[in-house]
Amino acid sequence: MHELNYEAPTSLDQAISVLAAAGENGRMLAGGTDLIIQMRAGVRQPGQVIDAKKIPELQALSFDAQSGLQLGAARACCEIIADATVQQHYPGLAEAAALIGSDQILARASVGGNVCNGSPAADTTPALIALGAVCQIAGPNGTREVAVEDFVTAPGQTVLAPNELLVAFQIPAPQGQVSDCYQRFIPRNEMDIAVVGVGSCVALDGDTCTTARIGLGAVAARPLLAKEAGDSLVGKTLDDAAIEAAAQLAQQAASPISDMRGTAEFRTHLVGVLTRRTLKEAAARARAR
Amino acid sequence: MAAQQEHKFKVIGTRPIRHDGVDKVTGRAQYGADISLAGLLHGKVLRSPHAHARIKSIDTSAAAAMPGVKAVLTAQDFPEIGPGMAAMGELPINPQHMSLNCIARDKVLYDGHVVAAVAATSPHIAEEAAKLIKVDYEVLPHVQSVVEAMDDKAPILIPGLGKGEDGEPTDTNVANHLQFARGDLAEGFAAAEVVIEREFDTSMVHQGYIEPHNAVAQYSSDGQSTIWVSTQGAFTARDQTAFVLDMPPSKIKVIPAEIGGGFGGKIPIYYEPIALMLSKHTGKPVKMVMSRADVLKATGPTPGSHIKVKMGADKDGKITAAEVWMAYEAGGFPGSPVGAGCMCVIAPYDIENLQIDGYDVLVNKPKTAAYRAPGATNAAMGSETVIDELAEKLGIDPLEFRRINGAKEGTAQPAGPKFGQIGFLETLEAAKDSDHFKSELPQVEGRRVGRGLASGFWFNAGFQSSATVAINTDGTANVVTGSTDIGGTRASCAMIAAEVLCLKAEEVHPVVADTESIGHTDMTGGSRVTFATGTAVYEAAQDVLKQLKERAAKSWKVDADKVVFQDGVFTCTENGNESMGLKELAGKLPRTGGPVAGRASVNPRGVGPGFATHVVDVAVDEETGKVDVLRYTAVQDVGKAVHPSYVEGQMQGGVAQGVGWALNEEYVYGEDGCMQNTGFLDYRMPTCLDLPMIETVLVEVPNPGHPVGVRGVGEVPIVPPPAAIANAIYNATGVRMLDLPMSPPRVTKAILEKNG
Ligand SMILES: Cc1cc2nc3c(=O)[nH]c(=O)nc-3n(C[C@H](O)[C@H](O)[C@H](O)COP(=O)(O)OP(=O)(O)OC[C@H]3O[C@@H](n4cnc5c(N)ncnc54)[C@H](O)[C@@H]3O)c2cc1C
Repeated sequence: MHELNYEAPTSLDQAISVLAAAGENGRMLAGGTDLIIQMRAGVRQPGQVIDAKKIPELQALSFDAQSGLQLGAARACCEIIADATVQQHYPGLAEAAALIGSDQILARASVGGNVCNGSPAADTTPALIALGAVCQIAGPNGTREVAVEDFVTAPGQTVLAPNELLVAFQIPAPQGQVSDCYQRFIPRNEMDIAVVGVGSCVALDGDTCTTARIGLGAVAARPLLAKEAGDSLVGKTLDDAAIEAAAQLAQQAASPISDMRGTAEFRTHLVGVLTRRTLKEAAARARAR
Repeated sequence: MAAQQEHKFKVIGTRPIRHDGVDKVTGRAQYGADISLAGLLHGKVLRSPHAHARIKSIDTSAAAAMPGVKAVLTAQDFPEIGPGMAAMGELPINPQHMSLNCIARDKVLYDGHVVAAVAATSPHIAEEAAKLIKVDYEVLPHVQSVVEAMDDKAPILIPGLGKGEDGEPTDTNVANHLQFARGDLAEGFAAAEVVIEREFDTSMVHQGYIEPHNAVAQYSSDGQSTIWVSTQGAFTARDQTAFVLDMPPSKIKVIPAEIGGGFGGKIPIYYEPIALMLSKHTGKPVKMVMSRADVLKATGPTPGSHIKVKMGADKDGKITAAEVWMAYEAGGFPGSPVGAGCMCVIAPYDIENLQIDGYDVLVNKPKTAAYRAPGATNAAMGSETVIDELAEKLGIDPLEFRRINGAKEGTAQPAGPKFGQIGFLETLEAAKDSDHFKSELPQVEGRRVGRGLASGFWFNAGFQSSATVAINTDGTANVVTGSTDIGGTRASCAMIAAEVLCLKAEEVHPVVADTESIGHTDMTGGSRVTFATGTAVYEAAQDVLKQLKERAAKSWKVDADKVVFQDGVFTCTENGNESMGLKELAGKLPRTGGPVAGRASVNPRGVGPGFATHVVDVAVDEETGKVDVLRYTAVQDVGKAVHPSYVEGQMQGGVAQGVGWALNEEYVYGEDGCMQNTGFLDYRMPTCLDLPMIETVLVEVPNPGHPVGVRGVGEVPIVPPPAAIANAIYNATGVRMLDLPMSPPRVTKAILEKNG
């Protein structure tokens, strides 16, 4: 137990100045479903907690057919998954966000918090990587953009400087026959942490794959883009052989550890299974568009 | 479904709303952690970070100096309890081990073992202060598997535990070896057409009750003490605390709080003596509440085990011999339920030639406690899967195979005594007739589906109980017992009294009393409350009835045997059949001689054992090893079901826990001997999405040893699930799982190995 200050700024500028004043001691709070637990466990002990939920830019949820989805970092998952545009254009992201905890958790938890928490097993991160999402970051020196696959650097760590915060994700608009899918493996059916999570997004031109991106979770120190696996599908028909080859490349990209949630061997095996399953599903959805 | 002809009961067998229901659903019920007193201090403990270490020294000075800290205690502040056994009720206990388990003296024996305690003005200060206690440990090598712990070269947890041939103490981790044997094994196996021999490993698992352990204690300067605690037995908690603190039990009053689950795990004491000692040192009441990590690391889970089962059967499917070897993890101190495991393992079957060996083995894990049919689930995982395999090899339907060998009245149990009236064969029959068993296996796209069956046995318990029943002037009744209500026993006891007195269930008010307000009552455990406390209530109600008849007789000026009681009305068989309702008589009591109350204290011997047969359908994802339970039916001989909904609830609860034990629950220890999954994220109990609606079939073979035919019902439903699921996985995939839990990595590995 230690003392802390809590502030709830209502503008981005205010948030940035509170953050700057707090220095190393500041921490953003969105839903708190990771942070409060970590504080209680003594893992993080911020002296200044800054509520992200009242900053308008961090609550954005708007879709534009050209620029895509602007998703505020602090927007609650329950609202994201109920959004018809998200369901239609980004079913994989909706699937990933819907997996986070229970109804109670979903009412608090944000996608920004999920990504900023820096867990290699976070469910929405591989889905965002597959979609080619970009993080919009703000700080005292202005704004910058970082691809989601480059955002997390190690377990619990991100590219954010102590005086920076994540404002929103910019997710490209799907053009034509594009769709995505996210699946994770957990031993139970809910309230669990991914042993492996895979997000796949494919774009088709007729039967030919024009782009494919595969995001992997819980198989390395940070969420990964399995670039070669995705690239191997470009120009190909998504038949079993092509998908199997991509799954094998995804397995090679993974470098899992063995822990109580799964052995390295089991995790590598699952990367193959889930890459196949998500690619097939994403392709089926893309064809249906 | 009632398999036997019924008594004409009016209240028993109906489903009234539980008396404690409103308080529980509105949050008004007081659990141990809800208790608050003026001047309350908060206690926290420091726990060992090592699985096995010698305590060289403890420096409490920094903690004691922290503002707000009122006391810091180590084992030195507690009485040193000498070796030897004592009796608690009918059960032998070891007060020294009990005391050392509450707070370590010279050695810590498991990760989480308590070494010191602090009382402070807030829980946060107490927690910070506990961190300031410096313990100098000499870390010792640890051992956590029974097989390794039985090795000659294993680290020894408690020196001098064994007895050599000369009677001198020897160093061993085997605290006890017991054996049941009869007939001729060699002859039996020689007569077999098929012999199956398999080896099993099961993991340590926890009861997972939602409410953590707690205690609030107040020591008064005259030495009279009070403890409020969520416990399975107020008297048991009192007596254990008295042993550990070397106090006369009569100096301690235990007030049982409402309880948020126990399943056996809240029979032992943990914080009771510590809170009382902290109160003694500070002069203030002290409250202590565990965290989930404390509960998992250092209360009383049920043992993991290593089991070997060898069984043979002739071509007609008759089992000719069974040889079972079981080693159970005792934890840091002796006392695993391996004895019960030995008595249950093949108890559903009539087997002439058998040998069962059980070993109670110390390992550097928490001291195990009871968990629903303690010892029987591990055992059934071994025997019931080997039986499935025998049936398969002989080409006999597994249900029929069990019927051929099934125990009935007069069959000798493994431990020798013969069964009385039991309903095992009836459970098989009812399982065969169930919708589930007759249905086609459901198909699930992309999954392999299979059906499994297993049976189980639990003997249930009797033990001591007391009850009083008092008539109120408005014609209702109060029932006072000393039995913690975990599974709906307020309702069942009230219903038994209501039946006798021809009242409605709602007209009887059940109360769970403290240790100074009712005669001795043993713990709520062994599925005994509706049986034994129910017997006391029945007799106390009969006592009331007898007095009421006398009272009516007095007012009619006849002998009491001239009064009959039927349908709530007393009628005089002489003098023109005068009659008077119970309510009318109740109103007249003050003016006709005063109040009427009945009482009874019992130690009933006519315990009726319980049998269960379960049917389960599973779907297996062969690529991920994930097993989903599609449909589950639990069939059980429940004796007379006093409140069928609560009987069904017990069966469903047992199955839910058994499914968790089967599929995902396990204690995970690191190389350092410390527990890694100390929360409900990684200690995976099933959630509601992991369970189908669990169907129940009540077979009611009344227990002749109970006034209304009750058998214990709460424990046997946890016995068959792991074996039933293992058999279903085999049926689906052709893979025989021999280890628990049958978690996805293990199932995947087994399937990949089978498929090359
Ligand atoms: C019961 C339970 C179940 C869960 N199940 C899942 C699950 O299935 N899958 C899963 O992936 N996760 C799960 N989680 C974890 C957690 O809910 C998610 O990671 C959630 O998305 C976190 O979002 P939040 O808004 O609550 O983050 P917070 O806890 O508020 O923040 C998380 C971290 O991100 C930082 N942060 C938040 N917003 C910003 C910002 N705008 N800029 C900079 N830093 C920021 C915080 O400082 C903190 O370090 C579960 C948690 C619980 C308690």
